Amino acid sequence: MTDIPSMIAWRKLQDRAFSALGIMCTAIGVLALAALLIKLIWDGGPYLSYQFLSSRPSEIFPNKSGISTAIAGTLAVIVVTFFTAVPLGVATAVYLEEYARKNWFTDLIEINISNLAGVPSITYGLLGYWFFCYLLGFKPVVFVGGLTLAVLVLPIIIVTTREALRTIPGGIKEAAYASGATKWQVIRYHLVPYSLGGILTGTIIAMSRALGETAPLLAIGVGTMLELPPSPVQSSPPFLSFQWLNYPFTVLPMLMFLQTDSPDAILQKKAATIGLVLIALTLSLNTAAIVIRYRIRKRIKW
Amino acid sequence: MRQRKFGDASRRAWRERREQAIRLLFSAAAVSSIFITLGIVIVLFSESIPFFSSGKLVEFFTDLEWAPRDLDHPRFGILTLVAATLTTTAIALAVALPLGTIVAVYLSEFAPHLVRETLKPALELLSAVPTVVYGYFALQFVSPLLQHFYKDLPSINMLSAGLVMGIMIIPYVSSLSEDALRSVPMLLREGSYALGGNKIITALKVVIPSAISGIGAAYILGISRAIGETMIVAVAAGNQPKFTFNPIDAAQTITAYIADASKGDTSHGGIAYQARFAAGLALFAMTLIFNLVGFWLRKRYHKAY
Repeated sequence: MTDIPSMIAWRKLQDRAFSALGIMCTAIGVLALAALLIKLIWDGGPYLSYQFLSSRPSEIFPNKSGISTAIAGTLAVIVVTFFTAVPLGVATAVYLEEYARKNWFTDLIEINISNLAGVPSITYGLLGYWFFCYLLGFKPVVFVGGLTLAVLVLPIIIVTTREALRTIPGGIKEAAYASGATKWQVIRYHLVPYSLGGILTGTIIAMSRALGETAPLLAIGVGTMLELPPSPVQSSPPFLSFQWLNYPFTVLPMLMFLQTDSPDAILQKKAATIGLVLIALTLSLNTAAIVIRYRIRKRIKW
Repeated sequence: MRQRKFGDASRRAWRERREQAIRLLFSAAAVSSIFITLGIVIVLFSESIPFFSSGKLVEFFTDLEWAPRDLDHPRFGILTLVAATLTTTAIALAVALPLGTIVAVYLSEFAPHLVRETLKPALELLSAVPTVVYGYFALQFVSPLLQHFYKDLPSINMLSAGLVMGIMIIPYVSSLSEDALRSVPMLLREGSYALGGNKIITALKVVIPSAISGIGAAYILGISRAIGETMIVAVAAGNQPKFTFNPIDAAQTITAYIADASKGDTSHGGIAYQARFAAGLALFAMTLIFNLVGFWLRKRYHKAY
């Protein structure tokens, strides 16, 4: 009964059984993603056309309804989010890794960032609404949305930048200091360039997150927008205009949400088309991030 | 010669000043994150305090009705919304925790290198899908699918929203758990192999117990995500407040209420307006507890090895 070969065989079988279970569980996740993509293509695919991308949303003419204003709005908001969240996030990460001493205040900042990463996104919407719209009296315009999303993705950028900074060996820093570099020079010419790949990965993931967020924008009162924002480029001097920052907007996920609720069957299907555009954007951004991360890991051998 | 020395000194002074200024700039950035939290707390309290001080405090925690817009008899029992939040969260966790843990153990202990390098990113894509798209999927695909098996299921219900939310959370649980499992030193596994343990016994009796605080942190993150998730439940779980734990019912979660209330009118003032912030405060408090426990667990497992 307890002969050794059969015991070994039994244990090997156990391992194989768990392997099969593991593959099955992973497959459930991957299959769900596949089902989601197929469902979106099935429902929304037929409506995907240049005309759909380039015409404005319309509730009166569901057949002609498109997403041009949402594409423009998404782009505008992401630009604001990018230019605020990235500098702020990278600076915070550099401070925590390179400047901060180990004391209660640093601990407080760390706990705080870890908590911010877990705050429900809609809470940021309440904050954005109260601060910008109630306290400062703005309408839910592009820069309000952009700043609200910037606050939301800030922890992602901080965490990934810190991880990237931490992988740089101490010897590099010491060599730079030994040659008389100041702290800023070490950061500017060594730490930031070497961790650029990691910062880029984090930034891409953060932007993809901001791209797909609906809840905080819902809370600040963003709805459908039927008009395109004013162009940032003008034909007359000074050629650049920042009027679009103070202009109402809508974004792709918001339009999708509102159309999912729509009583009109065509608009409902078109919600899936928006989902298709949205998922194409976020999946390609995330794939890019994964590829970059993979290549950095292969290339850099300290 | 003197000229040169003088130049050096002034250059050094300038450099010093620049270093100081940059240091100040960086620390200002770090401190700004504290102002964000402070801002959230101030907002939630400043709008909730008038709400609670108007004698709604007891009702808030005991009433089982939530109808802030009712003109004659507005009711403010947060437990109504909490019940729905707990139900959808529980369904999501019932999917995400077992699946996420098994996937993590498989990827860390069993999968060959190539399999792990392909499956892990594929799973991570699950967390890249915008949540509103998941909401559409729950409403238009999972609900009809479940109706095949159970005819009386309404198309808007907490079950499909919870299930899809569970799928969404898998990568959060699995990738953090896997990190924890992989940080367990090889030596411990080798000890178990030397005593005749196979992979699964080693995983169950040695690796998982050693990584338990990291796995705990992953679970906490999953819970916190599930409680705070808005769009899936707003689309697929319903917008009718109802005190129920029955998964096949439609009910409104805290997050779905805030989203729905914001969709309507956003004018300032009034008890219905303040109720939104009181609900936000309840939500914030629930996630804060989990976030803090999670932080503590992560700290602990980083220290362990």
